[in-house]
Amino acid sequence: MSRVRTFGAFWYEFVVGDDWRIAVGVVLGLAATAALVHLAHVSAWWALPVAVVVGLALSLRRATRSGGPGPTGEP
Amino acid sequence: MREVLLALSVFLACTVEAVEALTIVLAIGTTRGWRSARYGIATAVVSLAAVVAILGPALTAIPIDVLRLVVGGLLLIFGLQWLRKAILRAGGFRPLHDEASIYDREVTAAGRADVAGGRFVPDWYAFTLCFKGVLLEGLEVCFIVVTFGANQHDVSLAVVGAVVAVVLVTGAGFLVHRPLTRVPENTLKLVVGVMLTSFGTFWGAEGAGVRWPGSDTALPAVIAAVAVVATGLIAVLRRERDRRRRPVASVA
Repeated sequence: MSRVRTFGAFWYEFVVGDDWRIAVGVVLGLAATAALVHLAHVSAWWALPVAVVVGLALSLRRATRSGGPGPTGEP
Repeated sequence: MREVLLALSVFLACTVEAVEALTIVLAIGTTRGWRSARYGIATAVVSLAAVVAILGPALTAIPIDVLRLVVGGLLLIFGLQWLRKAILRAGGFRPLHDEASIYDREVTAAGRADVAGGRFVPDWYAFTLCFKGVLLEGLEVCFIVVTFGANQHDVSLAVVGAVVAVVLVTGAGFLVHRPLTRVPENTLKLVVGVMLTSFGTFWGAEGAGVRWPGSDTALPAVIAAVAVVATGLIAVLRRERDRRRRPVASVA
């Protein structure tokens, strides 16, 4: 069982990486795009790029709040 | 156009990963001898080739819209992680990748480790580190090759981009016999992050049912937009870094 867990943890780390919220944001962005296109019949080519920019900016904001360069400037 | 961008993206991504793998291989090979290192490299390369040979054709058998949605989404998640790290590095919130210091660290560790091995592999330490280094760096390339190739229905073009990069980096590495510190790795990582994010956005949206304005000609526009956003975010992060440093500078 622990080998399966290790295998799963490796692939999670490999694809999802440091911030799982980015993965959730991408899934939500794709779902919203599909809903706009197929249910609302909107030409929603802009929806995923907007989700990507917002998700990336929020993730960076969180990363720089929780860590980053101290008074010496060392990361 | 899309083919050129695809081959270029795979080439750049593979160059970055090959430079990282080369640092480990050179450190182990020069410190512990080349025989076990070569076995480790060969085993990893065969494993990676098997991954591409199995997954590449398997993925191209999936209907294109499903493939673009799932694989485009995965590529977007993967690409955003690259881009996020590259922006944090460029903004000064994460240490830059430094091949010279990684090489020195690996050489020191390799010099301290005991030699233990068998008849065919005289040094398990050298074998394992080279195998692991090449396999882990190579897996990222495989992921990019397979997802790009499957989405474009041209795995061979992606493989060519990867192989050219590996041959060039390996040749240069063995000529200078030092890690390739002059390769602008951090900049390349940023460019690769932009490309992966752009392709992931483009394919993922197509998979969700979007018809891009201008069809394929929208891809360069997406790449340019992602590059502009990344540059803007780096500028914001640098300003924030400078703002945090300022109080200490005024006291000094």
